[in-house]
Amino acid sequence: MLELRTITAGYDRRSPVVRDFSLILAPGESVGLLGPSGCGKSTLARVAALLHRPDAGALVLDGTTVRRWRHRAPRELRISVGVVFQQARLSADPRLRLADVIAEPLRANGRREEAAGRVAELAEAVGLTPDLLTRRPHEVSDGQLQRACLARALALRPRWLICDEMTAMLDASTAAALVGAVEDYRTATGAGLLAVGHDRTLLGRWCDRTVHWGDNETGSSGKVTCGRCG
Amino acid sequence: MTCDSRTPGTTTVAEASVPTGWRSHGTNRRSTRTLRVRTSAALVTVTVLAVLLVPPLVQLDQQAVDLSAKLLPPSWAHPFGTDDVGRDLLLRCVYGLRVSLLVGVAAALTATVVGTAVGAAAGALGGWADRAIMRIVDTVASVPHLLLGIFIVAMFRPGVWPVVVSVALTHWLSTARIVRAEVLSLRSRPYIDAAVSGGASRWRVTVRHLLPGVLPQAALAAVLMVPHAMWHESALSFLGLGLPTHMASLGNLVQDARGSLLAGQWWPTLFPGLFIIVPTLAVAGLAGAWRERINPRRRSELML
Repeated sequence: MLELRTITAGYDRRSPVVRDFSLILAPGESVGLLGPSGCGKSTLARVAALLHRPDAGALVLDGTTVRRWRHRAPRELRISVGVVFQQARLSADPRLRLADVIAEPLRANGRREEAAGRVAELAEAVGLTPDLLTRRPHEVSDGQLQRACLARALALRPRWLICDEMTAMLDASTAAALVGAVEDYRTATGAGLLAVGHDRTLLGRWCDRTVHWGDNETGSSGKVTCGRCG
Repeated sequence: MTCDSRTPGTTTVAEASVPTGWRSHGTNRRSTRTLRVRTSAALVTVTVLAVLLVPPLVQLDQQAVDLSAKLLPPSWAHPFGTDDVGRDLLLRCVYGLRVSLLVGVAAALTATVVGTAVGAAAGALGGWADRAIMRIVDTVASVPHLLLGIFIVAMFRPGVWPVVVSVALTHWLSTARIVRAEVLSLRSRPYIDAAVSGGASRWRVTVRHLLPGVLPQAALAAVLMVPHAMWHESALSFLGLGLPTHMASLGNLVQDARGSLLAGQWWPTLFPGLFIIVPTLAVAGLAGAWRERINPRRRSELML
């Protein structure tokens, strides 16, 4: 279970971006989080990925309450959540080749020897050719770069995957390919998915259920009221 | 059909061929810039070659005293003239430049390493550690740096390394500030978040993603520091605090020649002075061109 319990988060304690947001994600389940631009979806995604400390509330990952964030979070917890960001251009180190971008999490966890094999496997899963793997981020398109970012997020086989507007800047066919790669991974491993976005049609077709941002702002009571939509 | 003539390629070509005042101004500027870079590069090459090749190739003793030939004006035998004990000034200047360049490069490298380490630590740790480190930097920066340098030099016996230490320990501050600012701007990029999420430790993020990102800025700061460090070495030697007086350094040469200047002998001060100014301006010219190339928008950030 990935549980967000009455999360209040933001960048200024006096005016938080997210107030009392609650969500429960079961293993293997895919939840789409819909909301208008600037409402705090990405902040929430960062909280769920242990990248941003909430001002109040708790994140419970498989029964463990997360108490420390970012670098201080235990490594097993951090790598159990894979994350794909909206802007591929900013999410890949401009100095690394795509193969290194994808292999970076494996190397950071001392699993250097299995990197080459896993990179080849992931590249095939997300549809990157060996030629593209030798290029640097500025030499590939946004779609190709986002494929590499997805491969990087899947490199450590996370139990939870958070896609923060993963397909927002991409054309329909690339979006479909990426969603397909995510779904293949989930069928193979049974990972849970939190897809954040504002594309109602896409998330409606992609996810088991979708949650609308407004439905969750329950004020001080903090009850979980997940809306359903098709 | 009208669409064809409006393709981006055609438009660019058409615009480029229009001779506007702005464009001609641009080309002029570029040609002066090229001239500056070429002159600087040539001067730096000549300087480095002279400093590296003259001592081993020319078997002349720079300390050879010849009192019968003292204070000779420039001539074919002594192109820069001789000093008050008859030593050849051209040879002394080359040896002096050698010492000054060594001090300049060593001090600039040390200052850059220290500054990069401190700045990266402050930027990567953030929070109270960042504030504490930067307040220390501000404190050191608030002391006039020549004064602090004199204080450090005065603690040791005269020699090359005390001068290097003195210049390095007073000049890492600006590098630390630049590196910290760059690290702070890199730290909030999503690719750092992605690395953290992928299990990278703080150390790994710093070494793998942050430091390589600030390296161009740090290298540029190092090159810009070389002329400044040379000036400092000359200043310390001129004040009699730098290198031992028998050692030819540009500052010592000017200091020794001070007395004869009043008697009308201009060459013992002029030539060492030129040897300070010309190579430092050449290095600064190259560094400035490089800075404009890697970061055209921030011309005022680093000063000589």
